[in-house]
Amino acid sequence: MIRDAVPPRRRFMRHVLGSAGALILAGCDRLSSTEWFPKLLGQAEYLSQGAAKVFARKTMAKEYTAADLSPQFRSNGTAEPNNAEYRALAMNGFADYRLVIDGLVEQPARLALTDLKALPSRTQITRHDCVEGWSAIGKWQGARLSAVLNMVRPKPNARYVVFHCADPMEDDGTEPYYESIDLDDAYHEQTILAYMLNDRALPVQNGAPIRLRVERQLGYKHAKYVMRVELVESFAAMRGGKGGYWEDQGYQWYAGI
Amino acid sequence: MEQTMTGIGVRARRVSYTRHALAVRIMHWINVVSLTILFMSGLNIFNAHPALYWGKSSYTGRPAVLEMNAMQLPDGTVKGITRIGDHVFDTTGVLGASRDRAGEWSARGFPWWITIPDNRWLSMARTWHFFFAWLFVLNGLAYLVYIVASRHLARDLWPTREDWRSIGRSVIDHLKFKHPTGEAAKRYNVLQKIAYLVVIFGMLPLIALMGVGMSPRLDTIFAGWVDLFGGRQSVRTIHFIIAWLLVAFVAIHVFEVLISGAWNHIRSMITGRYVVDEEVRS
Repeated sequence: MIRDAVPPRRRFMRHVLGSAGALILAGCDRLSSTEWFPKLLGQAEYLSQGAAKVFARKTMAKEYTAADLSPQFRSNGTAEPNNAEYRALAMNGFADYRLVIDGLVEQPARLALTDLKALPSRTQITRHDCVEGWSAIGKWQGARLSAVLNMVRPKPNARYVVFHCADPMEDDGTEPYYESIDLDDAYHEQTILAYMLNDRALPVQNGAPIRLRVERQLGYKHAKYVMRVELVESFAAMRGGKGGYWEDQGYQWYAGI
Repeated sequence: MEQTMTGIGVRARRVSYTRHALAVRIMHWINVVSLTILFMSGLNIFNAHPALYWGKSSYTGRPAVLEMNAMQLPDGTVKGITRIGDHVFDTTGVLGASRDRAGEWSARGFPWWITIPDNRWLSMARTWHFFFAWLFVLNGLAYLVYIVASRHLARDLWPTREDWRSIGRSVIDHLKFKHPTGEAAKRYNVLQKIAYLVVIFGMLPLIALMGVGMSPRLDTIFAGWVDLFGGRQSVRTIHFIIAWLLVAFVAIHVFEVLISGAWNHIRSMITGRYVVDEEVRS
């Protein structure tokens, strides 16, 4: 009887340790579902953001060479927006697409793809890091967001740039994807509205016709299928109030970590 | 406290002293809590993409170094498959596929009982991970300043010349599970010192650095520094490996505590008080 060979005291200790472990785990899970605890833990985001502002405010993301390109650039999230209006635009090769830029700007604009392509552009081979953990390297070309902003002239109280997208996140066609970044990131040299991936027109699965590239942040910040760029003072009253689709689900607004 | 024991010509006197300073005790337990939570929330984060790669990206044309997958057999049963290089293991129930807390089979890297939170919840795991990452880093920096300023490092942790000479003896003692007594028990032995120094100055700073290396923002401080470690995906792999090396360290550390006077050691890390038998020749 092997079981009986275990001394009672050791068996007792095992029970104590096992129960303590289970209790701690259960405690952690209960804490996760409270409102106050994740909010408290979330305060660390300000430290991370502060560290980025102090140590890496205007730094450049590493740019790679063609040898580093991923054979195929992975599509994640929406691959084909479930949106009739978008599909009609896609069918026509986005000839009727107009990017709306409005909100707190002096000169709202509606830009066709050809207008965007006429703006100062940038080409960069960068690494895309998904929040899930994987990375892929792609070559992007697009209009500098700073050029778009200079054209529409943000008002002094504009603090964030919000990207409204064509892809609904719910099966019933609601909850379009959206994202937001601050002006530091918006004016960053590598922040572009990309229309090319790996020397070809941006494919639908990667966000055609326009996808934001905001290097130095995780993938979910890089809004695909951008239809409208809105400058705001605050996004607290918008949708879930957290500044983005995934942010409203609990993900960090600052995705530089 | 003093207690005499009878012996022929030798008396042993039980003496107690403060083995660990209050600051060390506090920082030790903050470290225990942070590392435990970092480890378990880290495994939850890993579960969001249960594969490891070597290189700058995950899609280099080369397969993953390690991969956990779930497979459904024609008869409906679920299998967990773990692949490391060319080796494929059936890890059903633990890695790749396991029962969740409610007993339902689910496809997941590590099982529920080793992750925080217990279910697949990446954003929550990240929230836990980054809070305790900051706590761990700030606590670790405070510890480094403390051990230098208080001379704890120079006095107690740095091996002496004599230590280096006794290294063979210490290895044999460890293999025989023989522990120093009396005056010698008041000092760390040389293997213990080396283990602590490797953890304090090697593994812990490196795992933190590899964590920083995964931040797409902080890796730009010196553009391309992560590539010195093989690239961002290599950095993620190294982070994972060190986490498990730390588990191995903790297992040995706890084992040594348990076999060399468990209560005495645990108490000394809580109240500071440690008891040794001092030999007094009469």
